[in-house]
Amino acid sequence: MSPEQLGRLESVIADLLPSLPRERLADALILRVAPAELVATMTLLRDDPALDFKILIDLAGVHYPGREKPLEVVYQLLSVYKNQRIRIKVAVAEGEPVPSVIPVWSSANWYEREAYEMFGILFSGHPDLRRLLTEYDFEGYPLRKEFPVTGHFEVRWDADQDRVVREPTRLTIPDREFYGPDRT
Amino acid sequence: MIEEVRHELDDRGFLLTSVDKLVNWARTSSMWPMTFGLACCAVEMMQAGASRYDLDRFGIVFRGSPRQSDVMIVAGTLTNKMAPVLRKLYEQMPEPRWVISMGSCANGGGYYHYSYSVVRGCDRVVPVDVYVPGCPPTAEALIYGILQLHKKIHRTNTFSSGWGESA
Repeated sequence: MSPEQLGRLESVIADLLPSLPRERLADALILRVAPAELVATMTLLRDDPALDFKILIDLAGVHYPGREKPLEVVYQLLSVYKNQRIRIKVAVAEGEPVPSVIPVWSSANWYEREAYEMFGILFSGHPDLRRLLTEYDFEGYPLRKEFPVTGHFEVRWDADQDRVVREPTRLTIPDREFYGPDRT
Repeated sequence: MIEEVRHELDDRGFLLTSVDKLVNWARTSSMWPMTFGLACCAVEMMQAGASRYDLDRFGIVFRGSPRQSDVMIVAGTLTNKMAPVLRKLYEQMPEPRWVISMGSCANGGGYYHYSYSVVRGCDRVVPVDVYVPGCPPTAEALIYGILQLHKKIHRTNTFSSGWGESA
């Protein structure tokens, strides 16, 4: 977005949602929302004619291990008619639920499933919070920083049992130093 | 060679061969692969099947059903979630059946060898006859792999033990 557009959007936001902490980057505007106010804020962002964010472009999880609230959900919104974008961030602690935004944008359904699967972020009110991409008996949350990249289990077909079995990962090729010796 | 065959037919009115050679000729002349595209290798497999390289001239016609297939080309990254499905489809193919592992991911995990969600080689799930290297292999490489499989099939003896035959 151009600086003029961004300035106009920011003044509208300051008018309608004065209590929310704002962050202005060179080409983006970020709002930080508490989980309790999320659905009401999102509904206003979608329905107010001056904002008009009809499309949820993306919903992503982020893991910041050092923080007091280590998990974060980031929403990217787009208004086609107004030609403007905005970014919403919600920080939660481990096990603290985030209200589902499926009532606002039904496209959030699988995004929230993916954020749950990859980071273990819980979404309250989600109709079907299952894993989306990994196998059905997968354990752990692979995009968290402490998760080993090779995973805990691997699969192979077992001729004696005549089925695909799951076993602890044994690397036949030694693991590489991905981040250098000082990082684990 | 056609001249020789014609001469033989004109001279004697019949041809002599072994049952195994006839069977292997029949098998290699119509190897129907199961369409098993898992990733970008599948695009290269489609190229091999399309007009420029034209797998049809080898009698290779892609089939959508494992029950009508002779060979399975594992073209792409085999994930943990897909592994039981791949095995099930392999078991649904009628014998004799063959497997071509196409590309680095199917050969040994490739780029995703250290990933938490990828099988480190499709030979952990199904027995593989030919490995085609590359990321992705070119259409020529895949055809070369298929021709190597033809050679392998020509060496098999289904009916005779192979004793007493001249090479």
